[in-house]
Amino acid sequence: MSIAITTQFICFTVLSLVVIIGALGVVLLESIVYSAFLLGGVFMSVAGLYLLLNASFVAAAQVLVYVGAVNVLIIFAIMLVNKKEDLKPINDIKSRRIISTSICLTLLSLLIRVDLTNVWSLSSPQNSIGEESTIRIGEHLFSDYLLPFEVASVLLLMAMIGAIVLARRDVMSKDISTGLPVDQELIEKSSEPLLTNKN
Amino acid sequence: MEYGLDLENSFNEFLKGFGLSSEIAHIIWLPLPMLLVLVAAVVGVLVTVWLERKISAAAQQRIGPEYAGALGVLQPIADGLKLLVKEDIIPAKADGILFTAGPILVLVPVILSWLIVPFGQNLLISNVGIGIFLWIALSSIQPIGLLMSGYASNNKYSLLGGLRAAAQSISYEIPLALSVLAIVLMTNSLSTVDIVNQQSGAGILSWNIWRQPVGFIVFWICALAECERLPFDLPEAEEELVAGYQTEYAGMKFALFYLGSYINLILSALLVSILYLGGWGFPIPVELIAKFLNLPINAPFIQVFTASIGIVMTVLKAYLLVFIAILLRWTTPRVRIDQLLDLGWKFLLPISLANLLITAGLKLAFPQFFGG
Repeated sequence: MSIAITTQFICFTVLSLVVIIGALGVVLLESIVYSAFLLGGVFMSVAGLYLLLNASFVAAAQVLVYVGAVNVLIIFAIMLVNKKEDLKPINDIKSRRIISTSICLTLLSLLIRVDLTNVWSLSSPQNSIGEESTIRIGEHLFSDYLLPFEVASVLLLMAMIGAIVLARRDVMSKDISTGLPVDQELIEKSSEPLLTNKN
Repeated sequence: MEYGLDLENSFNEFLKGFGLSSEIAHIIWLPLPMLLVLVAAVVGVLVTVWLERKISAAAQQRIGPEYAGALGVLQPIADGLKLLVKEDIIPAKADGILFTAGPILVLVPVILSWLIVPFGQNLLISNVGIGIFLWIALSSIQPIGLLMSGYASNNKYSLLGGLRAAAQSISYEIPLALSVLAIVLMTNSLSTVDIVNQQSGAGILSWNIWRQPVGFIVFWICALAECERLPFDLPEAEEELVAGYQTEYAGMKFALFYLGSYINLILSALLVSILYLGGWGFPIPVELIAKFLNLPINAPFIQVFTASIGIVMTVLKAYLLVFIAILLRWTTPRVRIDQLLDLGWKFLLPISLANLLITAGLKLAFPQFFGG
C-alpha cells in the first residue's frame, strides 16, 4: 500500500467514525446545545468525505451552506430561546416512538436497497475531472438543471418571507397554535403595523 | 506565464539526489511551507500589535511603548509572554469543554485560510482550484466558535457578544462574497494565483481597483466588519458588553482570540491586496524592467529578484491596508447595532448586487477589459 492510499484510508476511517458517533450524539444527547454543536461537527466531517472524493467545490459549499449558514442559524435560534423549562410528558409517547421507528427503518431499507442495486464502480476511475468540476457544476446548473435550480430559489424566497411574517408577531393578533392573543411586550414595535390595521 | 521559482521541485530533486523516493521527498517537503506560513503569520501579528500601539499613541499624541527594545519593538513579545504565563482560568459555572473548544474553533479556520495566500507564482502552500471560495467557506465557521465561547462562559455579556458577532458576520458575509464573485467573473477562475495573473498585464494600470472601485470599498468595509475592528467592534464593545465573548477568558485562551483577530486582520489585508491591488505585482511590470536591462526573464538572478520583489510587494500592500485599518480604529466612533445591520443589509447588499450585475454587463460589452 502506498503512502497516499494509507493516508486516504486513515482519513476515511476517522471521518466516518466522527460522522456516525456525532450523528448518534445529536440524537441521543440530552442537552440541545451539545446536539447543535455536534451537528456542526457531522456537517464538517461530511465535507471531509467530499474532499476525499476529489469534490473540493462541493466540500466548500457544504461547509459554507450547512456549517456557516444552517448550523449557525440553528445555534442562534437555540441561544435566543434557551429557556430552562421542564418539558411536559407526552401521553401517547409509545405510539409516537413506534411510528418514528418504522419511518426510520423504511428509510434505512430504501437506502440499503439503493446501495445494493446501484452500480457503484466507475467505468474508468482515471476519468475524474477534479478541479474542473466547478465549471461542470456551473454548466449543468445553467443548462439541464436550470428549472430545479430556479424552483429551489423560489422555494427559499417563500420560506424567507414566511419566516419574516412569523417573526414579526405584530402581523397577527392571535397565536396560531393556541388562539390566544399574542403577548407583544418584548417585541420592538414598528411605527406602522404591517397588515392588521389596513382597511 | 509559467515562470518564477519553483522551490518545491528543486527541493524534491535535491532530496532525490540522496536516493530518496519522490513520495518520501514530498512528505518531507509538506510541513515546510506550512511552518513557514505559520511563523510568518505570527510574526505578522507581532508587527501589527506594535504598529497598533505606536500608531494609536501617535493618534492620541502620546509616545507609546518605549523601553522594551528600540522604539518598543519588543513590547508585543512581552505581551505574548505575559499571556503565556498567566493562569488559565475556567469559571466554575462555565461549560469546560465548549469553553476550551470555542477559541480553537475561532483560530483554526483563520490559519487554514492562509493556505491560499500567494506571495508569488509558486510561493503559496497550495494552489487549490477553489481558491478564494475556500476562504469564504472557512471564514463562515468562525461564528460557531464565537457562539460556543459566548454560550459556554455562562455570562450574559459573553452570550450577547457571541450573538452579536454571529449576526454581524452572517450579515457581512453576503456582500463580501458578492464582491468577490464580481472579481471571479472577470478572472474566469477561483484560484488566487489566476486572480493575480489576470491583473499583471500592465502593472498598476491593470489592477482590479480601477475596474472594481465599488467592489473594493464594499469588500474592505465587509472585511473590517468580519474582523470585528472598530468602527464595527460591537461584539466586544467595552462600554456596553465589558469585552463581549472574551469577558471570561484569560491566559492562553484569551491569547488565542487575540491572535485570531490579528491574523484575520492581516489575512483580510492580504486578500484585499490580492483581489484588488495586484497581489505580488510590482507597479511597473517586471518583464518591462528585464527587457529594459536586456536580461532574459528566465535568468536565475531575475528569478530571485522577481520572487523577492513579489514577497515585498505583497507584504507592503497588506501593511498599508493594516495601517489604514489601525488609523480607522483610533479615529472613528463605533456604529450602533441597528446602524450596523442597516448598513449591511440595506446599503452594501444592494450595492454589491448592482456591482455584480454591472460587471457582468461590462464583461459582455468590453470583453478585452473585463476578462472575456
